[in-house]
Amino acid sequence: MIDVQAVRRDFPVLDQMVNGRPLVYLDSAATAQKPRVVIETVERYYAEYNANVHRAIHALGERATIRYEEARRKVARFINAPEPETVIFVKNATEAINLVAYSWARNNLAEGDEIVVSPIEHHSNLVPWQLAAKATGARLRFFEVTEDGRIRTDNLDDVITERTKLVAVTHASNVLGTIVPVKEIAYAARRKGAVVLVDGAQSTPHMPVDVQALGCDFFAFSGHKMLGPTGVGVLWGRRELLENMEPFLGGGDMISSVSLTESRWADLPYKFEAGTPNIAAVIGLGAAVDYLTGLGMENVHAHEQQLVQYAMAELRKVPGLTIYGPEHRGGLVTFNLEDIHPHDLATILNEEGIAIRAGHHCAEPVMRWLGVPATARASFYVYNTEEDVDRLVAGLHTAREFFGHVAGK
Amino acid sequence: MSLESNHPVRLSELYREVIMDHYRSPRNKGELPDPTVSIDLNNPTCGDEISLYLLVKDGVVQDARFSGQGCSISQASASMMTQAVKGKTVAEARDMVDRFKRMMHGDEEAGRPLGDAVALHGVSKFPVRIKCALLSWEALERSLEQLPG
Ligand SMILES: Cc1ncc(COP(=O)(O)O)c(C=O)c1O
Repeated sequence: MIDVQAVRRDFPVLDQMVNGRPLVYLDSAATAQKPRVVIETVERYYAEYNANVHRAIHALGERATIRYEEARRKVARFINAPEPETVIFVKNATEAINLVAYSWARNNLAEGDEIVVSPIEHHSNLVPWQLAAKATGARLRFFEVTEDGRIRTDNLDDVITERTKLVAVTHASNVLGTIVPVKEIAYAARRKGAVVLVDGAQSTPHMPVDVQALGCDFFAFSGHKMLGPTGVGVLWGRRELLENMEPFLGGGDMISSVSLTESRWADLPYKFEAGTPNIAAVIGLGAAVDYLTGLGMENVHAHEQQLVQYAMAELRKVPGLTIYGPEHRGGLVTFNLEDIHPHDLATILNEEGIAIRAGHHCAEPVMRWLGVPATARASFYVYNTEEDVDRLVAGLHTAREFFGHVAGK
Repeated sequence: MSLESNHPVRLSELYREVIMDHYRSPRNKGELPDPTVSIDLNNPTCGDEISLYLLVKDGVVQDARFSGQGCSISQASASMMTQAVKGKTVAEARDMVDRFKRMMHGDEEAGRPLGDAVALHGVSKFPVRIKCALLSWEALERSLEQLPG
């Protein structure tokens, strides 16, 4: 199990007062806080061996390159990628998905083809496919969703057909908390010869991930949601697919030879890493991976499961509170309290030092499906405690009172 | 534990009685059958939406109504705005938009002639909520730009 108090001491940002109360941070699904070791790793790169990678024939450059490639191997092990060269560093999950939408989808889709997407996607795993469909004449098709927000898997063969060329689906929903049975979906897709992209932005930080066991072809996630710095994300892809793809961006670092009229592409992964990457963030992500591995992803997952079950039970005791999404879920709870708008809720909780997210969470179709304009969301990570949940619940009671009182109810 | 006793100034400055009153009982809510101009605006990050309908004759805003949904601040602001611009000339309405924006930057005095809407000056101390308060006034500004002639 995780020693939460020890973990909390590793996160300098948690040790502060907000509006006179100790900070309760419940917005890790938007971005996670950073342990000291990540902050120091980034600082050390700039303070001790700042240099460009893969170019400099000098001591600093050599050290930077070694650390950069070390981070790639760490990430590869973390998601059980078969080889580090299939791990490509990009800016974030959004860019990873767009890379596939441009370099793969635009060259492999045509009119009559179908892209199957789920209706519970973050905009970043929906809009790129809308654009790719528009560019190629392919059609979007959607999984069906159960009443509590799970993807229906009893009719996969009706949705994924011979026309399906690509299935793009999230591993864990950032709104409903749904954990998607990706393995089952990938199996159905591959039987029909379709390529499978998994958005792992909300799963990789919170549970053990094995891209080979999942059976997918592409897997995308962001460093900043898993204790790493902002500005680095990862695309993992099957070697055969990556090798046959055109580059996404052209420029330095991604070529093997260039004449004035044409170029030959560098080998993987450099073909997809044009220009100077976010070196500090990549190395920082390596430190975040080490930190999570040290805790053990099974333990991280178990901690969050315990917390979210406690939170669901406590939140259900608050009169007028509606929870959205399935019972079995990742470490987040999306809800509304009576007719108090989530913005007002977030403002009142913030006065109590509690940070939650309010809005549509970059998932407008999910909001429309829920029939609400916006929701509030509390999300948990390794540093959250049952006391955090208690503070949230107390804050919600205060909000009810306050709104009842001011409104003269 | 009362929240007001913990934070007497900040929250009661934001959620003044008059704001909550406009939120609970919005004025001029609904559609206008034959508006001179109408506009839909939303706040893409948080889902606040407003549709604004203006009836303008002889350079005067004869009627103003709104529909939509959102937080207490955005809804109260829309209600107060429609109340404030009714009967005003187009030039006066433009000046009011300008005054409201200045008030959101902390200039409470600028908001004095805005009627109930001056109560929203406290929002300027909550930077993340300013866009909620501004939404309807931005809808007004764009509507005025679209007026024929
Ligand atoms: C499920 C999901 N996918 C993709 C993203 C996009 O991540 P980023 O903004 O880091 O690209 C997010 C971020 O909120 C997410 O929750």
